[in-house]
Parts: sequence; C-alpha cells; structure tokens
Amino acid sequence: MSRTTAPPPILAPTAPARRALTTRGLVAGGALLVLALLPLFASANVADMLTRVLVFALLAISLDLLTGVAGLPSLGHAAPFGVGAYTAALVAKHLTTVGPLQLLAAAAAGAALSASVGWLVVRARGTYFLMLTLAVGEIVHVLADRWEGITGGSNGLAGIPAITLLPGGESVRLAGVLYWYVLGAVLLGAAVLVVVSRSAFGRTLRGIRDNEERMRSLGYATIRAKYAVFCIVGAAAGAAGSLWVAQARFVSPADLSFEISAMALLAVVLGGRGSLWGAAFGAALVVLIRDELSPQLGGRGPLVLGLVFIVAVYLLPRGFAGLRLPRRTRHRGDAR
Amino acid sequence: MTALLQTEELTRRFGKLVAVDRVTLTVQAGARHAVIGPNGAGKSTLFGLITGAIRPSAGRVLFDGHDLTRRPDHVRARAGMSQTFQHSSVFTTLSVLDNVALATQRAAGRGMRMVRPAGRHATVQEQAARHLELVGLADRAAAPAGTLSHGERRQLEVALALATSPKLLLLDEPTAGMSAADSARFAELIEALGPEVTVLIVEHDLDVVFRLATRVTVLHLGKILAEGAPAEVRSDQAVQRAYLGDAVFDELFGAAP
Repeated sequence: MSRTTAPPPILAPTAPARRALTTRGLVAGGALLVLALLPLFASANVADMLTRVLVFALLAISLDLLTGVAGLPSLGHAAPFGVGAYTAALVAKHLTTVGPLQLLAAAAAGAALSASVGWLVVRARGTYFLMLTLAVGEIVHVLADRWEGITGGSNGLAGIPAITLLPGGESVRLAGVLYWYVLGAVLLGAAVLVVVSRSAFGRTLRGIRDNEERMRSLGYATIRAKYAVFCIVGAAAGAAGSLWVAQARFVSPADLSFEISAMALLAVVLGGRGSLWGAAFGAALVVLIRDELSPQLGGRGPLVLGLVFIVAVYLLPRGFAGLRLPRRTRHRGDAR
Repeated sequence: MTALLQTEELTRRFGKLVAVDRVTLTVQAGARHAVIGPNGAGKSTLFGLITGAIRPSAGRVLFDGHDLTRRPDHVRARAGMSQTFQHSSVFTTLSVLDNVALATQRAAGRGMRMVRPAGRHATVQEQAARHLELVGLADRAAAPAGTLSHGERRQLEVALALATSPKLLLLDEPTAGMSAADSARFAELIEALGPEVTVLIVEHDLDVVFRLATRVTVLHLGKILAEGAPAEVRSDQAVQRAYLGDAVFDELFGAAP
C-alpha cells in the first residue's frame, strides 16, 4: 500500500456489499452470455426483433441518464434519435457503407442537435423542460416531413445499402450477424453511459436532481453540468438512430415522431428511473408489446401500453429496479 | 485586521417595502459576526443579498477584494462563501456520505469528472468522511439523507457548508429547531473552527449569539440600529426596546416600578 494513512473505516465496503457486488457480476455475466449466444438458436425473425429491442434499450438508457439521474424529463428524445437515423441513412447512401463510421456520424449529429438547442432548453425546469423538449421534437419532426430534398419528405429514405463492418468488407445481410454488431455497439454505448452515471459527474447530476439550489450554493455551475449531460445523451440517442437504420434500412418521419419519445419515456418509467439497466428491461417490454402483441390485437398496442403504464405506476412505483430486495447498505447505519 | 466582506449601501425593496435599507456592514477576517434583530428586521433578506439568492435594488457586495454584486450564487460559493439554509436543504435520495462528497468533490475541482467511479476519488471521499466525523454523523454515513432526523439534518447541513473549505461561513438561523443539546454541540463546533474561517451568523437565539459572537450588528426595520461588542450591544437601551418592544419587555420582565 502506498497510502500512508488508512481511509476512515466508514469508507470500507462491508462484507454484504461485497457479496452483493459479486452476485450482480455473476448475473450480468450470465445475461451477457445468453444475449451473445441467442442468434445461434433463434430464427431470423426473432433476431430482428431482439435487434430492435437492443436499439431501443440504448435509447431508453440514454433517456434514463437524463431523466432518472439528472432529473430532466424529456418528451423529445426522438429528436436526436431521428437526426442520428437520417444522418446514418444519408451517410450510407452517399458516403460509406461502413457501419461504425455511420454510427460515429450519427452520434456527432445527435450531439450537435442537442448542443444547439441545449443552451436554451436546460435553463428550463420541470414542466417547462418537458414542454420545450416536446417542442424541439415536434419541430424536428416537421422538418423531416417538409425538407423533401434531403429527407425524402413523408416517403422517407429507402434503398439504404446494407452496412459493412470494415471498409471494403462484405455486406452484413444475415440477421444474426447484424444482431451481433448491434449488440456490440449497444453494450459499448450503455457501458459509456453507466461509467458516466457512476462517476463524480454522475453524482453531480444526482445532486442537481435532488436539489439544484443547494448545488449552486456549493459552487456548482449547474447549467453547465445539465448542458453536458444533455449533449452526451443526445450523442447516445443519435448512435441508437444509426443502429435503427442499419437494421430497418429505411427511415421516415415516423422514426422521430412523438410516439418514439413517449415510448422511450414509458420504458424509463417502467424500468425505474435512475437505474439504467431497468430502462433496458422497460424498453424490451415496450417494443415487445408494440411490435409483437399489437398486430394480434388488431393494432391496439398503444392501448395496451397505456394500460401497462397505469398498472406500473400503481404496482411498481419504482419500476422493475424497485423489485430487487432493499439495499443492504440502507440498513447499515441503523444496525450499528 | 482586514475586511473579508463588505456591503456598501445595500438596499432591497419589495414594492413599497424597503426590506434592507442602505446597510453598510463590514465583517473582519476571522471574526465571529452576528446579525440579530426582531422578526421582520430584514435579516433573511440581507442574508440572501450576501449569498446571491436575492438581487439588490442598490448598493454593492464586496468579498475578499472582489465586487460580487452582479455575480450569481455559484460564483460567490467558488470565491469562498458557504452557507447553511434556515430550512435544512440536503440531497434526500443520496447517502449522507455522498451529500458531503458533493461538497468536497466541488472543492477539489472534480465535479465534472466523468470516467473514474465517484467512490474512487480517494481524497474526496476521505475529506467527506472526516467532515461527517466532525459533526458526529459518521455512523450514519450510508443512510439516505432523507431518513435523517431533523437534528441530524441540521448537522449534515453544517457538514455540507464546512466541506467546501470556505473563507466565510454564512449561517442562517442554524439552531432553529435544534434541541438544547444539539445547539450546544453546534456552538462547540463553531468555536472549534480556526481563524481562517470567518463566520457570519444570522440568529434568533440570543444565547447562541452571545456565546459565539465577537461582534454583533443589530438590524431593525431594515436599518442598522447598533453595532459593537456583544456586551455593549446587550446593554444598549435602544436595542432592548427595538428587540423586545416596550410592551413585550414589560410583559416578560414586569413593568418598571
């Protein structure tokens, strides 16, 4: 040990806390293994559906960082997602079929959109923030619909070539291979968001969520922190947009409609705000209901989503993440 | 001695009411300076003008040689002002340790670091733990701040204010709602602070004021009524009249024979 003085005893992790970490590591590792091996057993249709779930999970996790961790509930998260999707589509059609490059361009476009509107938007709070993000989402939606020269208007952009993983590489046409590409990209993106959430900056964001006034009196330039996270989640949403296009090979104004924003927010609420991994489960449920259950119900998926939302609010006020056993650390102080 | 904080002709009007009326106040570095006054004297408004929560109608706030009149609250905090709030203002969903770590990580310039896990900033965590021990909350470090009792929240509030290593500690009625024991403990904590921390305390409880203060300013109807050493102020007839009012004075101590 290079440290001369031992840290105060209250900082040492307790045995139960360490055990909980090990358990969580095992569960996470098992889940990753299952996710990675799925295409070997599943049909192409199932792989397609799981790909959509993964993409939506990244979108929901990024929204959770903004809403659950930083306390900024956005109703316009489809805007950076859609801008990323259009950017990826245009890059694919005109510049390169290399998927990772499309992803980077889409992330940059999502961040750029967030950076350009963020200065204004993050100054608003609560309902005003909700309304401003909604407005941004609608404006971007209308732009996609009207700016026909670039976006193809309401027809959208079709004929997007399949991605390649490397320059000059083979086109990815198998649903399973595409799934692996999307899985890798989503895991990378989610890992970045989790790292940010656990960092000192993540703690700053939670402080702002709890009590912004107090944060300022501690010397935090809270607007700057909120702007930073707004841009980060914009980049993640843009990246998700490029993955969406890599699979659908089509993009239309529907991809940045209010429905996408609302579904993402629903996934966050279902998952339990602020837990990140909970949002991924919420995203899976939302996509499954919309894409799998809805056709069987004659297109009444949104109705089911609404019912699920009401039930969730009553039964799971803290979402899926609230289902786990109460954290042991919570009782530590009382036990002594 | 040099002045750490000066207000010059500081004024704040709310409509026709002049809550703070041309207050010129000097707080010497290292002082334990108290501002007292009856309800409605403008103490809290003056406090807000100094911390930046309220914008002045006229006048200036000088701190540590800089004019901070037009600077927002977080800039004043970075310049070395730190405050406690009259109503405990903590981060209820975060652990007690994380609450204080928010203060120490800002003071260490780590508040925007995005890679290393928050708990691995060793000095930030250790300083936070030390401040918890200082105020006597070490055994509650892992509890969410929302589960603390009222008295414990007040202690946490003080830990938060001290953890930014301030030059000036601004205390807004710190002992409001504290038990006598907690009050005494709080007074000990402030007495134990070194001369590098200047304290400006706005307080209702005169026992605490006369125990801690080296200098007292009396505010009445937005204006400075008197200022001096605690003993001088205590024996000032005008202060007694203003603070207690003739009628109340009689009620409490009996009419003069």
